[in-house]
Amino acid sequence: MHKRVTFRNLWLPYLLVAPQLAVTAIFFLWPAGQALYQSFLRQDAFGLSTQFVWFDNFERLFDDPLYLASFWRTLFFSAAVTLSSMGFALLLATMADRVIRGATGYKTLLIWPYAVAPAIAGVLWWFLFSPTVGVLAYVLRGFGYRWNHFLDGDDAMLLVIIAAAWKQVSYNFLFFLAGLQAIPRSLIEAAAIDGAGPTRRFWTIVFPLLSPTTFFLLVVNVAYAFFDTFGVIHATTSGGPGQATNILVYKVFNDGFIGLNLGSSSAQSVILMLVVIALTVVQFRFIERKVHY
Amino acid sequence: MVERRPGLTLFAHLVLILGCAIVMLPLWIAFVASTHEPSALVSGLMPLWPGDRLVDNYERVLEQGLRSSGAIPVGQMLGNSLIMALAIAIGKIAISIISAYAIVYFHFPGRMLCFWVVFITLMLPVEVRIVPTFEVAAGLGLLNSYTGLALPLIASATATFLFRQFFLTVPEELAEAARIDGAGPLRFFRDILLPLSRTNIAALFVILFIYGWNQYLWPLLVTTNQNYTTIVMGIQRMVTVADAEPQWHVVMATAILALLPPVVVVLVMQRLFIKGLVETEK
Repeated sequence: MHKRVTFRNLWLPYLLVAPQLAVTAIFFLWPAGQALYQSFLRQDAFGLSTQFVWFDNFERLFDDPLYLASFWRTLFFSAAVTLSSMGFALLLATMADRVIRGATGYKTLLIWPYAVAPAIAGVLWWFLFSPTVGVLAYVLRGFGYRWNHFLDGDDAMLLVIIAAAWKQVSYNFLFFLAGLQAIPRSLIEAAAIDGAGPTRRFWTIVFPLLSPTTFFLLVVNVAYAFFDTFGVIHATTSGGPGQATNILVYKVFNDGFIGLNLGSSSAQSVILMLVVIALTVVQFRFIERKVHY
Repeated sequence: MVERRPGLTLFAHLVLILGCAIVMLPLWIAFVASTHEPSALVSGLMPLWPGDRLVDNYERVLEQGLRSSGAIPVGQMLGNSLIMALAIAIGKIAISIISAYAIVYFHFPGRMLCFWVVFITLMLPVEVRIVPTFEVAAGLGLLNSYTGLALPLIASATATFLFRQFFLTVPEELAEAARIDGAGPLRFFRDILLPLSRTNIAALFVILFIYGWNQYLWPLLVTTNQNYTTIVMGIQRMVTVADAEPQWHVVMATAILALLPPVVVVLVMQRLFIKGLVETEK
């Protein structure tokens, strides 16, 4: 865990960790503690009196059909983002693993969306699907479908899923490609000699051996869809139309900042914290397993 | 490739080309839109080839932006974004490398506690503590300032872990030799450890620069003054105009300008980028 040879100094190590600890304490731990504390309080409408209400805020949340709907919507959204972007990336990575010529060129063309901010990704797709000027909306009209994400909740949901998944394809592609290239060639050759075709080899050898990568990406993608997609939603649909794209992380912001319902917003924060903690624990347990793999 | 099947290889190329085309589509259309005059875009049929207004449009956006809505020129937003991204990346690296150094090379009471406190930051993204963090920043008078944009974001568990991991692989003999030669801890850090960490720092810088540049929620909260608008959040105000079609050629030119710096960083430093990406996830 640390070096055998260490330096001896009474105050220097504390001085060195001080900036990190100060920022952590002031901007992470204290606000998180505040969120936890406020989740047990309720203010009246004018902010004049505050009451300690135990788990009342949480109970109200779970009785609130809007919150529950947002919860299920978030699950659907993250499942859709995760599956579509991982599926697409796996397909491309498998193909890139096969071709010899031009593989780096494809890689270059595929990795750049990682660097695009979620909000910008949202705006780009928002434009493509714009009912008045969008290219894709125009094409869809040609097929007889009148796309309108301003009115149709399903269209809006599909739009944010595509934008969020598009951005994540690069990340998944890179990790899948690395995973594929780490699979011993001898295994695949042995299977080929035994007469297994490419499809069969993929499902019986490559895909199972890729499972550590897949599992890791699953966790990362779910975390991404839960938390990093705020920009996609906020810059485009703003949770609308109606509530159609109001996912949990947007709802926390909206209820806390626009609605100014601090108790409820803090309770929502606490629930989201539990989600991150769960995801982090899963991720780290998996990492430990990967070492022994 | 195990067997020779030209058909299959051709198929693989086709899928890849199609995939790249899908991935590139938004960028191409955005670029095309940013080079036309506004009337070309609202006539119903979007052109698919760049127009002749490339220089005009970008010049106008950079120097004026959407002044009518009270926004600052996009050139100024780019400056704000650059300051924020650099401050976050450099700040994170600086405070992480020294705390990792302390944790690995010193034996002091509370060492493990420090480690765990840093670890906890992984579990508390801004998104889950929005309101109280805003209150703290407001209480410290950090609203509408560059410090407020960067400082609250510079604690970093991943960077600390990365440096810790790396320091653990540095041979013990180096520290021993340094001590025998009479170098103190600071000298050892500056003359031996820092030069050794160069590649790690560079790889991390690429990742953190992108992270900093793409911040959205936090700048949105701490800046109410237009002068501190960063480009990624500035674009939102251009898109959500009430009851009117956004000025798409301006919006798309801004989008291109907003995504260009981080994308260029990724493409130019591809190797470092991939190294950083893989290592920060360990």
